[in-house]
Amino acid sequence: MSKYYLSYLEELESEAIFVLREVWAQFQNPVILFSGGKDSIVVAHLAKKAFYPAKIPFSLMHVDTGHNFSETIKFRDDLVNEYGANLIVGSVQQAIDDGRVSEERGKNATRNELQITTLLDAIEHNKVDCAIGGGRRDEEKSRAKERFFSHRDEFGQWDPKNQRPELWNIFNGNHFQGEHFRVFPISNWTEMDVWNYIAKENIKIPSLYFAHEREVVWKNDSWIPNSEYLILDEHDKIELKKVRFRTLGDITITGGIESDADTVEKIALEVAAMRKTERGNRTDDKRSESSMEDRKRQGYF
Amino acid sequence: MTIDKNQLLRFTTAGSVDDGKSTLIGRLLYDSKSIFEDQLDAIETTSKRRGHEGVDLALFTDGLRDEREQGITIDVAYRYFTTPKRKFIIADTPGHIQYTRNMVTGASTANAAIILIDARHGVIEQTKRHSFIASLLQIPHIIVCINKMDLVDYKEARFNEIMADYEEIASKMLIKDVRYIPISALNGDNVVNKSQNMDWYHGAPLLHVLETLHISSDINKIDGRFPVQTVIRPQNEAHRDYRGYAGRIASGIFKPGQEIVVLPSGFTSVIKSIDTFSGNVQEAFAPMSVVITLEDDIDVSRGDLIAKKNNMPEVSQDIDLMLCWFNNLPAKPRAKYKIQHTSNEQKAMIKEVVYKVNIDTYERDKVDKELTMNAICRVKIRTTKPLMIDSYRTNRTTGSIILIDDATNETVAAGMIV
Repeated sequence: MSKYYLSYLEELESEAIFVLREVWAQFQNPVILFSGGKDSIVVAHLAKKAFYPAKIPFSLMHVDTGHNFSETIKFRDDLVNEYGANLIVGSVQQAIDDGRVSEERGKNATRNELQITTLLDAIEHNKVDCAIGGGRRDEEKSRAKERFFSHRDEFGQWDPKNQRPELWNIFNGNHFQGEHFRVFPISNWTEMDVWNYIAKENIKIPSLYFAHEREVVWKNDSWIPNSEYLILDEHDKIELKKVRFRTLGDITITGGIESDADTVEKIALEVAAMRKTERGNRTDDKRSESSMEDRKRQGYF
Repeated sequence: MTIDKNQLLRFTTAGSVDDGKSTLIGRLLYDSKSIFEDQLDAIETTSKRRGHEGVDLALFTDGLRDEREQGITIDVAYRYFTTPKRKFIIADTPGHIQYTRNMVTGASTANAAIILIDARHGVIEQTKRHSFIASLLQIPHIIVCINKMDLVDYKEARFNEIMADYEEIASKMLIKDVRYIPISALNGDNVVNKSQNMDWYHGAPLLHVLETLHISSDINKIDGRFPVQTVIRPQNEAHRDYRGYAGRIASGIFKPGQEIVVLPSGFTSVIKSIDTFSGNVQEAFAPMSVVITLEDDIDVSRGDLIAKKNNMPEVSQDIDLMLCWFNNLPAKPRAKYKIQHTSNEQKAMIKEVVYKVNIDTYERDKVDKELTMNAICRVKIRTTKPLMIDSYRTNRTTGSIILIDDATNETVAAGMIV
């Protein structure tokens, strides 16, 4: 075989770098939406590679639900330091205190939906015209239809039926004042690709991804970590289990799986054998058949 | 691990509800273990709620609420699966004529196209349409899957008949590599595993063909083209005078020491280094993203193109295109649009529509030449400044453009340079 070809991971990396450079060239004030999860860590890593030897030209924006794993916040701050990047925090707690939003009520109340307002406020307040995210098309069915460059109107809303056609690698980021774009450089990656890339590039990730002992409660078919924010009812039983997390989000809704995988290589093997999607452990996606699409229309990540 | 070597293959499928496209994709995903239990559970629940018998795999490929409710595919959906040999990206597109633009979109990045033919019906209008789009978008490999062979008793004669009909279509178009596979997506014949019902077929099943298609040679390694995306200037202690040009190689092979020309200015220089985060490289080829530095301090910025000095693209303001119109609003005569070509953005005016193509009969209409939604027309445009172009046939990157309406910022058309 010819030596002039790229492996698929190299090709995906090159595609993502191309997209990140397009963002830098086409927008005035782009930011990376940084959750501390593996996908946004990979996006930040790709941005570092895209602009080397210059430093990463994007601010990192974190939408903080106030219900965090403490490990995630420490990881975020360390990474911001290492990259010498600017950090913008949009606080859901602040939005609640200011009366912009109110907490959901009921047994399965979460702050998931409240993030939308905080995110859109932070975008508007910081005059962000492009928010780069780690969304992937393999995550969820409505995301399978997402563009690399995804337009949001002045209310931050997505109109999935009226998306701009996206051909070849020509990205149309033209927009009017007040509108913004969401850009997804790793659209074409799968969960497996992300893990293989983390292993290949030796990328640091939060310890939560590795198997560890933790107090958990069995809720909605997964192990929800016990925390000061979790509302327990009389049937809930706190147990000590060896778990790891496939995704990292708000601590009250991110379910862990029982696992012994304590290295990236073991995780990659485990993921390859998985029979459930990673969002299968996210309570927020289980509310209805189109809950992700509904949230995305309103401006969700 | 083999992931270090495995290639990526992007293929497109087009089809409507009845021709088994969803079943075929469902089978590829299911047999390669790319459908997860919770996804199956969700589809099962929905199938039951709708009163369908069994699991309706089409629900898996249709992502938006409207699509699921109406039971049709509207937009392009991207699906992924991996085998020990390759990673695959499927651009799953609708097949109906009113979604031509979505088929064009899905075809634009594909290395291969699967054309599905129902063995009972043979070559129909839709077959011709999909083939035309595959040829227009220069998809290098076409795999014709003659489906529902179980419904024609797995007869070789029927397969041969359809193959002969298709050969006639292929001969009218620029399709280089066509293969034929008799399948039954529903029963799994010749999809992942070789069929027990068709001993007369000596070829490989579909998945094997997808895994072994020779795609390395599809990349243009001759014409050195490097559209500059942005300029990297670190302005830090370690790299005070560093000035690098970032971009992705569109075609050809670049090496340090090569003489290059920067277009449109025409300044010449020599490549000093080709840099990546992991260090300098001695060779770079498509589709690598790199940073190129030059020996001379010349003016280079976004929109410029670096080419090899002895092999330059055409530099022109008058361009002939095959244009596919995407917008509800038809093009106004002599209207001006933004034109995006690689990293270059200019203005363009549609000077003349030469003819419109009927994509079902391939006839050229010189009377009705209106650029309406989904129309595919041969046009002449003029740009405000020269573009550095190649024909789409030789270069998918420097041979393609999009048009953007200033009033709405929408992408209204895609063009392939003739």
